[in-house]
Amino acid sequence: MLTRRILACLDLRAGRVVKGIRFRGLVDAGDPAALAARHADAGADEIVLLDIAATPGGRGTALTAVRRTARRLFIPLAVGGGIRSLADAEALFAAGADKVSVNSAALDRPELITEIAARFGSQAVIVAIDAQRTMAGARGATVYASGGRRATKRRPAPWAREAQERGAGEILLTSMDADGTRAGFDCELTAAVSAAVRIPVIASGGAGSAQHFTDVFREGRADAALAAGIFHSGLVDIGILKEELRRDGIPVRLPC
Amino acid sequence: MIAVVNYQAGNLGSVVKALQAAGGRVRVTASPAALRRARKIVLPGVGHFAATGFLAERGLRDALEERIAAGIPLLGICVGMQWLFAGSTEASGHPGLGAFSPTCRRFPAGRKIPHVGWNSLTLRGTSRLFAGVPDGSYVYFTHSWRAPLTASTVAVCEYGGRFTAAVERGALFGVQFHPEKSGAVGLRLLRNFVELAC
Repeated sequence: MLTRRILACLDLRAGRVVKGIRFRGLVDAGDPAALAARHADAGADEIVLLDIAATPGGRGTALTAVRRTARRLFIPLAVGGGIRSLADAEALFAAGADKVSVNSAALDRPELITEIAARFGSQAVIVAIDAQRTMAGARGATVYASGGRRATKRRPAPWAREAQERGAGEILLTSMDADGTRAGFDCELTAAVSAAVRIPVIASGGAGSAQHFTDVFREGRADAALAAGIFHSGLVDIGILKEELRRDGIPVRLPC
Repeated sequence: MIAVVNYQAGNLGSVVKALQAAGGRVRVTASPAALRRARKIVLPGVGHFAATGFLAERGLRDALEERIAAGIPLLGICVGMQWLFAGSTEASGHPGLGAFSPTCRRFPAGRKIPHVGWNSLTLRGTSRLFAGVPDGSYVYFTHSWRAPLTASTVAVCEYGGRFTAAVERGALFGVQFHPEKSGAVGLRLLRNFVELAC
């Protein structure tokens, strides 16, 4: 049976993993290659490296960190942050990424999704959507660009559908309202986006307990769920999380 | 020496480093002569079924057919496994190598496509490739077309119906999933291939 995936996300700045609430109070949390290997051993189904400094600062993505992380990692590796062009994506694939996650550049120029998909296949293209509730209800959410700094005119579900039509293989949906709160995923928003597309949806933002994962897989109809800080800090152990999910009747990869 | 066939459709780094981690000595090549010298061949799984056209243009198709006929161990991965079949509805003008007779077809509508993620295997028959791999093991898939079951199917997967996750006949092996991305299970399988006597 196809399992629901648990993704461990490492936020990178200047080639190091940083932690904290996503854009504030960042502290050094270690070496990406070592942390990625630790999460893989603990049972993570996939690793996401997100270069959080890349878009605002205009810096290139952390190619060296990707290369070092990929070297000893034998589960899928997705990389996002600062990908503006097909050439940026090509460099990341050459460094060992299996998938790239595009966000702001795809909002500015949606053709980028098709360009990367045509060259590397849809399975290699994740479109990341950062969304914030601006009005009541899941339909009242707005898509943000540039790491949550710039509001766009887009709504998450129609944008996810357009991304799919343009060749995206997966959607990574982050609730800006829930992110960093550890109060649970935005299940309503996730369900609305999941219902709008035929491709897998990865829920992100708000994970604080095993129950939150169960909720987002059930009520949010997510295919995968991502967390960062709770895994690095040890608040949630991925192996124990998966055992609890299995007890809740959620299919997970166990043993790994 | 294991030849990894480079058909210019994408990045082969993951397959190469996983084979190396499994103890293999690897050479990436697009040369028919190199395939004729290789002790083992891996046909990796990136891109579209139509990339099989590249194999024919470069004379690689003939070399692969010769090596398969000679019983040299060959492992096809993902699209590389599908090429061992008669063809695929993904690219109906591009025949496969035809070592297994059915045609690969797209998943039926009703489930999310592509089939992405970790799914479990049901093993059947005896297999050298799966020696030491427990029944029910999870491996990583990402694909939209799949092969039906055949008499040579040694691992079955279920997603909107059952399909071939792995085939094996003599020294000819194919896996629909990505062993290079399937953690310890995938590395075990690659080590079994690397250590095959030939």
